[in-house]
Amino acid sequence: MHKGFGAQQVLKGVNLDIAKGKITTIVGTSGCGKTVLLKHLNALLLPDRGEVLVDGVDITKLGQKELYETRSRFGVLFQGAALLDSMTIFDNVAFPLREKTKMSEPQIQKKVEERLEQVGLEGMGYKYPAELSGGMKKRSGLARALVMDPEIVLFDEPTTGLDPVLATGIHQLIARTQETFGFTGVVVSHTIPQVFAISDYVAMMANGVIEEINPPKEFQSSQNPVVQQFIKGETEGPIQVL
Amino acid sequence: MLFLLCRIGRFALDELSEMGRMFLFLLSALILAFRPPAKIRLIIHHIKTIGVDSLSVVLLSGFFTGMVMGFQGYYSLRKFNAESWLGSATALGLLRELGPVLSAFMVTGRTGSAMAAELGTMRATEQIDALYSMAINPIKYLVSPRLIASLIAMPLLTAIFDVIGIYGAYLVGVGLLGVSSGSYFSGMESSIVFNDVYSGFVKSLSFGLIITWVCCYKGFHAPPMAAGVSRATTESVVLSFVLILVWDYFLTSIML
Repeated sequence: MHKGFGAQQVLKGVNLDIAKGKITTIVGTSGCGKTVLLKHLNALLLPDRGEVLVDGVDITKLGQKELYETRSRFGVLFQGAALLDSMTIFDNVAFPLREKTKMSEPQIQKKVEERLEQVGLEGMGYKYPAELSGGMKKRSGLARALVMDPEIVLFDEPTTGLDPVLATGIHQLIARTQETFGFTGVVVSHTIPQVFAISDYVAMMANGVIEEINPPKEFQSSQNPVVQQFIKGETEGPIQVL
Repeated sequence: MLFLLCRIGRFALDELSEMGRMFLFLLSALILAFRPPAKIRLIIHHIKTIGVDSLSVVLLSGFFTGMVMGFQGYYSLRKFNAESWLGSATALGLLRELGPVLSAFMVTGRTGSAMAAELGTMRATEQIDALYSMAINPIKYLVSPRLIASLIAMPLLTAIFDVIGIYGAYLVGVGLLGVSSGSYFSGMESSIVFNDVYSGFVKSLSFGLIITWVCCYKGFHAPPMAAGVSRATTESVVLSFVLILVWDYFLTSIML
């Protein structure tokens, strides 16, 4: 895929295969285009050149109705959780159920409370997003992302800006829910090496392309200088910094 | 020289594509507004924020506008010894022109800017992306209910502005300046025809559409940062004011 914004080329020929039922983590420096890549996966952004195939179907060429149907298979956790701030947490998590399904209120209530419990927010449904801490917002966002039982879940920097303890907690939550629900997970992150613990595959993004994709063990022992520089956090190397 | 030509050309093309985008935005909002399911609760909520919450500012501005019209109307009509036609003059002015335009300005300043800011902030915090990701059309959910609500609320607010304005002019003209109360209202009754009320009504409907359309568009497409939201808010108010006045001219020329 190729994607540019004005004069700036962000994706310069990205090739990536996401394995079904596994967690693939995309790592890279800040501003390398990881979020841009992630937003292509459910066609929030369209590439200038290239295609995005979901189960063999190019979603960039779909009509509006089919595109919306495809998007229903996704759950997305945005970086700031992107909760609708005029509603309570409960209403936020219930929102996709109320809008997209014909479930009755008691059924919706049961499902929402189940999800809130699974993310450790039992009894907090009455609060508004403005009253929550960053970690609680992320957990609410995760509950909302999972409430429709999606096949594919996208996580945009789920632990950026969180303290190490909470970051591990969120990572474990992602792994636990992936095991329970069996979805295909795509995580964009730069909190390494913690995120390696929950990843089946790690893809390194640099210079607008995917430099390498491997299971965490092979990734960490890779001889690729770009990968090595990133893992070690060095300023000297093929990745240009300051 | 060539550079200047390029700049002008670039500007013209940008403005043209912006107008096209705005028009397509309005079209989809209108089409989606009439596609089921109807979001009745949302519409009622927006009638409250657009209509009910603007009531106090409309009452205040209507009242003082009416009082000023009482003074100015009396002063002008006096030159023709026609003070007894004050009721007719203020009612004509309010119903046909000042009622729709001024109440539209009040609503723009109060609610229009709030709509732009709200949608712009939602864009900046990825809430609009979240709606797309949940396979929910953000225009249907955010814009269409506001559009329907403003079509309901604006004529009502204009009517209230008219009534309170007429009363304000009555207080000044009859109460302060000695116009006879009988001729105030009888003059009004003989001069006003249905077309006067109707043209004011049509204006208020179209102004409501313009306000919601422009402010929602600017907010929805605001660059996702603080400066972007603030610029969107300012631009939406300014553009609404300008479009209201321009459209007012065209409507007046058609309907007279």
